[in-house]
Amino acid sequence: MSTISNDLQTPRPPLISEVPDERGRFGQFGGAYVPETLVSALEQLIDVYDRVRSDERFWDELRSLLTTYVGRPTPLYFAQRLTKHARKGADRTKGAEIWFKREDLAHTGAHKINNTIGQGLLTKKMGKRRIIAETGAGQHGVASATAAAFLGLECDVYMGSEDVRRQRLNVTRMKMLGANVIEVNSGSRTLKDATNEAMRDWMGSVEHTHYIIGSVVGPHPFPMIVRDFQSIIGRECKGQSIRQLGKLPEAIVACVGGGSNAAGIFYDFADDKGVRLIGVEAGGRSREPGQHAAPLSLGSPGILHGSLSYVLQDANGQTADVHSCSAGLDYPGVGPEHAYWKDNGRVEYTTATDDEALDAFLLTARTEGIIPALETSHAIAHALKLAATMPGESRIVVNLSGRGDKDVEEVGRLLAMRP
Amino acid sequence: MPFLVAGDPAVDSLPGALKGCERGGASVIEVGIPFSDPIADGPVIAAAMHRALQRGVTPAMVFEQIAGVRAEIRAAIVVMVSVSIVTRLGGGVRFVRQAAEAGVDGFIFPDAPLEESEQLLGAARDAGVAVSLLVSPTTRPERLVQIAQACTGFVYVLARAGLTGERSDAPSVGGVVGAVRRATQTPVVCGFGVSTADHVREVSRYADGVIVGSAIVRRLAELGSTGEPVEMACERLVREFASGLGGGV
Repeated sequence: MSTISNDLQTPRPPLISEVPDERGRFGQFGGAYVPETLVSALEQLIDVYDRVRSDERFWDELRSLLTTYVGRPTPLYFAQRLTKHARKGADRTKGAEIWFKREDLAHTGAHKINNTIGQGLLTKKMGKRRIIAETGAGQHGVASATAAAFLGLECDVYMGSEDVRRQRLNVTRMKMLGANVIEVNSGSRTLKDATNEAMRDWMGSVEHTHYIIGSVVGPHPFPMIVRDFQSIIGRECKGQSIRQLGKLPEAIVACVGGGSNAAGIFYDFADDKGVRLIGVEAGGRSREPGQHAAPLSLGSPGILHGSLSYVLQDANGQTADVHSCSAGLDYPGVGPEHAYWKDNGRVEYTTATDDEALDAFLLTARTEGIIPALETSHAIAHALKLAATMPGESRIVVNLSGRGDKDVEEVGRLLAMRP
Repeated sequence: MPFLVAGDPAVDSLPGALKGCERGGASVIEVGIPFSDPIADGPVIAAAMHRALQRGVTPAMVFEQIAGVRAEIRAAIVVMVSVSIVTRLGGGVRFVRQAAEAGVDGFIFPDAPLEESEQLLGAARDAGVAVSLLVSPTTRPERLVQIAQACTGFVYVLARAGLTGERSDAPSVGGVVGAVRRATQTPVVCGFGVSTADHVREVSRYADGVIVGSAIVRRLAELGSTGEPVEMACERLVREFASGLGGGV
């Protein structure tokens, strides 16, 4: 009896995973900084999602689709030849095993489909008939177009014209799937500008349209909803680790643009403090302003696209120009939960340059027969460096967030420009 | 109530534009501080903001220009600025104080809804300036009451859901304005998509003030070819939009 009352008097401290709060705060980050016109749409989404959370039928339906339509669970795979390569030149006791969580094998070729099927079902619940999406690499655009086709919804995808150029294959795929691709010519003509245009569209279409944000960014409740739908990656990975490795991995590495694949694989490990979690941002050409896309590593707190997080900005509060060879990482902001994980030290954030990513892209193709997305190649590049510093019996899981078919033309172009 | 983008059509056009607007009859003038990602603004204002940024306009410059002309203008000056800029430049307290010292009378933070406005409202109260929150056609009735009662200076009723920009049809605002009036004594102004003198006349049947933004910003941007000074153009445009109104605008 006395133990019970003691327990009641000293509530345990909240877990790292117990965010966001009711107002969408991850520590000091997050929130919903949006024009009043969007508030009712966000309230409606919060409402529907609240009801859905405890609705077993919704999750049964989603689970069933993820199995039969998306192809989950995706495998956890030992990248043996890549590991061997990483061990070359390392101290004999060093050289961790590198494993891949194969999200590239999910339908449409990336983790993005986990979120679009989930939000597509929410769209139906809200009785809306049209979805809009922003896309950088085109993977979220393709995943949205796919969900729309499958669920019988109209779909418009906003994409910067620079990204339309460098991810042409995905533009064709979206059109084949019946989506309308709207080229955005404002600003830097990349992901940030596509997101601006999608938000503008939503301001005028909110009555019948749902905006499927593709990453863990944007106003509350998007960062939470997208994380929840993506957290299937980490949940599967945990079970697979125990079954295949006999224990949890020593480290998990994922690339971070907006941060959805990273949040997806990190979230279920957030309270397992023995597992190092490492997010890899786009180091671009250099650490000079405008030459990279690494807000967590090189930015400062600020609001972009409706939430408070880390942002790349100039001294006058304007969003800075960014650069990455990878369209999916070419974004000046990042999800608020990553900002929270950075500040509380749970996740380490680092960068990989364009060149390191290109090298990792080729190496993975030639040692493993897997062509990874350029985004993912940033995570692999860091895992290779990390493996060489960790004991030989330890394991690193890389979230292989997407396949690189979309990138082969652009990689060819970039390789031809190399000295 | 004319809306001007600071730094457009020229880096230093704001002081003259303010004087011209007042001479044209404006009693309140709204000044937009350019932001790189203005999600609530349509193409005309967004483009003007991007031009202004390319000219190197900063919030500090805007405050300096307002301070320089403040003594010559009786009209109230209300600054519209993204909460992004405010947080990135050190937060509401500091930003509001700097603006108030420059002679700014009030604020509109277009992307700070009621839930995220607490600190801004407190800062404005301490600095003795007003904050106008926005009410949208999509705002729920109970929420409308809370927003209306939190406003100081005036309540800003969005004449339409959607973006700023010119439209051919007059917005219908009677219902929302009536609901706001039942909630508060604070004056009510309307903006978004008010594009012609006829729209102004229609909206002013209900509202105490009418904001004209894109229609003025676009015409000022087109001045280059005519050679007309910004100050004279502002006076002319405000008179034109106010034609048919009884009192001031």
